[in-house]
Amino acid sequence: MTKKQKIMGIRLVISAVFFALAMAAEGKVFWYWILFILSYLAAGYDIPLRAVRNIKNGQFFDENFLMSVATFGAIGIGALEEAVGVMLFYQIGELFNDYAVNRSRKSITDLMDINPEYANLLRDGAEEKVDPYEVEVEDIIVVKPGEKVPLDGVVVKGSSSLDTKALTGESMPVEIKENDPVISGSINLSGVLEVRVTRLFDDSTVAKILELVENASSRKARAENFITRFARVYTPVVVVLAIMLGVIPPLITGDWGTWIYRACSFLVVSCPCALVISVPLSFFGGLGAASGQGILLKGSNYLEAMANLDTVVFDKTGTLTTGKFQVTSVEPVEGTKEELLELAAYGEFHSNHPIAHSVKEAYGKALDPSMVGATEEIAGFGVKTSVFTQNKERELYIGNARLMERQGIAVSAADSMAGTTLFIADKNTYLGSVTISDTIREDVPKALKGLRAAGVKKLVMLTGDKPEVGKLVGEKLGLDEVHGGLLPGDKVGKVEELLTKKHKDAALAFVGDGINDAPVLARADVGIAMGQIGSDAAVEAADVVIMTDELTKLVDTILIARKTVGIVKQNIIFAIGVKVLILILSAAGIATMWAAVFGDVGVSVIAILNAVRALRYQNRNEKTH
Amino acid sequence: MKKIVKLEGLCCANCAAKIEEEVKKLNGVESASLSFMTQRLTMEVLEEKVDEIMEAARKTAYKIEPEAEFKVLR
Repeated sequence: MTKKQKIMGIRLVISAVFFALAMAAEGKVFWYWILFILSYLAAGYDIPLRAVRNIKNGQFFDENFLMSVATFGAIGIGALEEAVGVMLFYQIGELFNDYAVNRSRKSITDLMDINPEYANLLRDGAEEKVDPYEVEVEDIIVVKPGEKVPLDGVVVKGSSSLDTKALTGESMPVEIKENDPVISGSINLSGVLEVRVTRLFDDSTVAKILELVENASSRKARAENFITRFARVYTPVVVVLAIMLGVIPPLITGDWGTWIYRACSFLVVSCPCALVISVPLSFFGGLGAASGQGILLKGSNYLEAMANLDTVVFDKTGTLTTGKFQVTSVEPVEGTKEELLELAAYGEFHSNHPIAHSVKEAYGKALDPSMVGATEEIAGFGVKTSVFTQNKERELYIGNARLMERQGIAVSAADSMAGTTLFIADKNTYLGSVTISDTIREDVPKALKGLRAAGVKKLVMLTGDKPEVGKLVGEKLGLDEVHGGLLPGDKVGKVEELLTKKHKDAALAFVGDGINDAPVLARADVGIAMGQIGSDAAVEAADVVIMTDELTKLVDTILIARKTVGIVKQNIIFAIGVKVLILILSAAGIATMWAAVFGDVGVSVIAILNAVRALRYQNRNEKTH
Repeated sequence: MKKIVKLEGLCCANCAAKIEEEVKKLNGVESASLSFMTQRLTMEVLEEKVDEIMEAARKTAYKIEPEAEFKVLR
């Protein structure tokens, strides 16, 4: 609690004590009203003062003014108890609001507590604590256990594990050693590191993320704008109704007391605070819950869009597939896959081609160089290598289908459409084939299933790759549409076409790696960049940045967005509904001013408690350690 | 140019909406957004009028919410 809140708390306790005493004394002593006045003053002496000050500044109809008029009116007609009650509960409500808002501001600041205060700069062998802004590129900084990495860089000495939870939402520490890149904002857990700085603080990951998070709330959701517009109309309308209610009927009936009482009830309910606070509070909580999962949204408007997603368009390479080539199938004519891979690995021993690397990586075991004899590169076809392995001297031909044709070797496998196939033969004997292709990322099927379950109607893939390759991947994943052979410009065109096809009120998201996709990311309703922690381009072009490369986070984003938007809707309907109901009942004389107090403070407290829920999100996929 | 101001102590959501509305109307302000939760006022303003605008924005904020402190962040 802040100092201001503590003082307010004490005032309210004093006020409540006087209020209780006044209630007890009522009817017993004639001066009981003094106790009521003391209670009123303790709770809200400053409210009328503020009202006067604000009127001087040209601000009418603010809550101070409304509360002052309502309570003075009630005092005027002798409803002392109600007048004091209104003020006391109004202030309790205000204190509660203030507290709740501060709490959620703080919990989000803590969540994003990644801002490094200093850097240990290594200068002539001595460490010096400096502001991260003062550190230049190529400087060496020291990061000790427990400290935050202040700037992006590369480890030059030491090894450790890093906690990147605040950045990525991933609770598993990352092991790092010499030559590994480190990202600012992560926390060094174990060893002392010396890091060569690669980016100025302003360009560092941590600065970019903080800027994004801090600016996030400046892009408001439709519901937020609706509520401020509503508040602008609601208060004056209720005030005018209150005046009419307090003047017109008594002119006819002559019963001023009853009608002024009802008018005062109107004024108490006329404050739209509950809504005006709870709506931004919910969105703020939603943005916070998302950033806790390593999902950064550039505005509450994107939460609204994500809650109502109709079409998701994916880029292929780097998003649905790893973009790294791996051995995806091994087909020996006889013997085991392992044996064929071993032969292929030896055959490609001297080759530095990426495909050769993939083959050696897939074999995984150390290769004995003494087993490899003369190697001959047959440009455009493959290689010929003499190898002594598996107890046999061999003359291996490894290459494409044309190599086999050239050697007059009949093959039993077809060229794969999805990747590159290597055919392997020993002199004239065909041994089998190894296919290397781009692989589908591990969590993709689960993520796509989750998106379908969350109600996404259309899943589309766009790729610059050959249409046949795209089609194959699309079929494997069960996508609705696949468009291959696209140039970057064509992707924008395709997205525009899809935008015209989707439901008018629903949103279309494009998911890419954020590097070459800037125009498409900008064109979609929601542009989502994946796994691009530390990439400026992604952070600038996208509306949503997913810090890890888990596609399942898309589903989390939708669930968080749905929950937030749901809470906002509940609050709007609940608050407006209760207020209107109380207005009607008060006008009819059924509801008392105590009901009006509930309509103001009670509704406000309930709406805020509901709004605070938006901050909490339990990831169902969270790994348990 | 972009200016960011923190309104420290801003504790009334309704006032925040009013301040945003008034600041938007200031001459030379192209766009403005005030977040009640982060207490940040983000404005896109004409560079040649920046001092004048900042002063006007400060006055506007003071008029509506005298308790909030007007801190220029950038």
